[in-house]
Formats: sequence, C-alpha cells, structure tokens
Amino acid sequence: MCDTCGCNITHGNESLIRPGGKLAKTESGKEAVTVLHSLLHENDHTAQHNREHFDQHNVLAINLMSSPGAGKTALLEATIQQLDKNIRIAVIEGDLETENDAERIRKHGVKAIQIATGSACHLDAHMIHQALHNLDLSEFDIVFIENVGNLVCPASFDLGQHQNVTLLSVPEGDDKPAKYPVMFRTSDLVMISKSDLLPILDDFKVDNAKRYLQDIASTAPVIELSSKDKSGMPLWFDWINQQIETRKAYLQEHPVHHGHHHHEHSREHSHSHEHHAHAEDTLNNDS
Amino acid sequence: MHELSICQSLMAQVESIALEHRAQSVTSVVVAMGPLSGVEAQLLKNAYPIASAGTVAENAELIVKTLPIRVKCNQCGSESDATPNKLICKQCGDWRTTLVSGDELMLMSVELEKSKDPKSVH
Repeated sequence: MCDTCGCNITHGNESLIRPGGKLAKTESGKEAVTVLHSLLHENDHTAQHNREHFDQHNVLAINLMSSPGAGKTALLEATIQQLDKNIRIAVIEGDLETENDAERIRKHGVKAIQIATGSACHLDAHMIHQALHNLDLSEFDIVFIENVGNLVCPASFDLGQHQNVTLLSVPEGDDKPAKYPVMFRTSDLVMISKSDLLPILDDFKVDNAKRYLQDIASTAPVIELSSKDKSGMPLWFDWINQQIETRKAYLQEHPVHHGHHHHEHSREHSHSHEHHAHAEDTLNNDS
Repeated sequence: MHELSICQSLMAQVESIALEHRAQSVTSVVVAMGPLSGVEAQLLKNAYPIASAGTVAENAELIVKTLPIRVKCNQCGSESDATPNKLICKQCGDWRTTLVSGDELMLMSVELEKSKDPKSVH
C-alpha cells in the first residue's frame, strides 16, 4: 500500500477523508493534523527497503503462507530436491519457537535462517531485514520466506516479497478462502497441497475451493500439488520459472539504482539508513 | 493477535507527530479501516490502552471509522456494495471485480493540545 502519493484515497472513501469531510474537522484551541498514513507505515517502508535489496541482487522473494501443518516445509524440501540445480535457493523460516524447520532445510545442503518470533503470530518486515544481514544475496536466485503458520495475521504484513503463495491443504476443507478472505485475497498463487489425499478425503472439492476463490475476486492460479507423490511439482516449477523471467524483464525495464543505499547486507552492516527512514514522513499536509 | 503490534506501530506514528508539533498531549486519534484490512476494530480498541500507556496519547480518544466494502465490476463497470467473502458484482453477477474501498488501514488524523502555543489562543 502506498502512503505518499494519495493513491490509497479512492472515490469510495475520499468524501470521508478529504479536508472538510467528517473525519477531518478541527475544534477550537486544538490542532488537527491530517496524516493519511497506513498504520503499518513503518513496516511498509522497511518492506520496500527489503524489496530493493532483493532487486539489487536479482533475487526473487516468495512468501509462503498457510495454516500450521499445511505442508510448507515439506513443499520446500521437495522443491530443493527437484528444482533445477542452477537455481540457488535460500530459506528464511518463521516459527514461534524451535529451529526444527531450518534444520530440516539445512539437511538438504541449503542455507536456512530461522527466525523465532517468540509470541508474535506473524513475520514482519523488520524481522526479514534482520535475517537479510545474515544472507549474502549475491549467492542466491530465490529466497523463500516460510511465514508463521497462520491464515490471519501474516496477511497484513508486507515483508518485501515479490509473490505471495498460500497453501490450502486438503484436510483443512475447501471453504478456507471464504473463511479467510483477507489472506486468500493477498495470494498470487494458491496451492492445494496434500493432493494425494483427495481420493480419501473426498468431501474436499477442488472446484468448490476455486469457486470460493472467485467469490473473493481472486485471479490467482490454482495448482494441485503433493510433496509426497510429487504430482503437480512441474506446474509449480513452471510458475517459479515464469516469475523469475517476469522479474528479470521488469528489472531490465526498471533498473535498480545501486547508489541509493550505501550498504550491503553483510555482518558489518551499518544502520545509517534507519535514520532517513522517518525523515520523509514529515506531516506538512495540515489542513 | 496482531492488533497489539499494529497499535504499537500506530502509537509510534502518533508520538512522532506530537513531538514534531510540540504538542502537550494528544486528545484524539482517528483511524479508518475497512473489513478487508485484516484488523478487528474492537481488538484494536482493546489494545489501545496497553499501547498508549505512558505516552503523550495516553488519554486520547481512539476513534475508529469503518469504511464500506465497494467493488467495481471489470465487466459491466458498475459499482456495488459487497461483503468480505462475496466480492462479486451485484449488477451483473460477474466475479471479476476490483476493490474500490474496504481494505484501508489508515491513520487519518490526530488532534493535539497545544495550550502553551500563543498561536492557538486566537
């Protein structure tokens, strides 16, 4: 979401927001300051910063979201095993506790960074920023971010990813998109995982899931996939390759200005950029 | 659950505005949100006393305005009201719509008390 150009003011809400509207009145003796910033302004700023880092190194960042136990880590393991070895992968793992998932990934010889969120139910852009300090992005082509298993909170936090992938596993039921519209609306790809269970759990109808996705105006493609019997993996890889190509083409047309940030994300990273982070938030639009 | 962290982020913004305007205190904070923002208004209100404790906005009133969900049909072009999991066009029934309003999560304005400021006397 953008906070600076006013594009988040639509004709649907502008009558409430514009000076003189009922949300913008001032009482005498007090000063009303119009802000019009996202509540997640700071997070979104850091997310954009992360995205620039990914772009500078031509790295595609994919945010994987789902309920706990929908098979995100299993999908990553199968992906590491089968994806073209020329595509270099790193993984950032988010969980409340334990290094278990990162260890599963490391067993495959892939760099994995575990973020233990403590009690936080989602990853945010600052946590990803910290994790990037321990990743030399020049060594990778894709960074998968495995978010905390949760179909609610992660939907609200931009991490700086390029694409959101949401897994909906067959045991969860086909109406999850209707129950969690905010999450599924943010998804660029919906994966029906554990598809090997479809013959057994036959009350899950793929067509129903697709219909619920249409009801929330989702245009995301839907892939049925099983990390266990590996069916659907080629479709997933086609999608990944397509994203890499799309990203490449985009960056050729919109080159990243390397001079903008003065640091690399290495351990000797300086935090000088954090000071400018708030300078541009000056509120000069008092009305 | 995430409403507390969102509320803390809100407080950081409010505090920096108050500081910048040399306000003595904040009397109200107006937030506008849509049902598709992923944030529950009531949970945000519950989080507010915790997040604002000890800040310049401790006694401020948090006003939450809920914005309606509106979609514009990509096929017939008409605009209609919608519900969170039924974002289809009411006119022609097509599902290919664009959200016009309903996913906002915005700090709209803050009202500041600046009694020592001579400008506010007039």
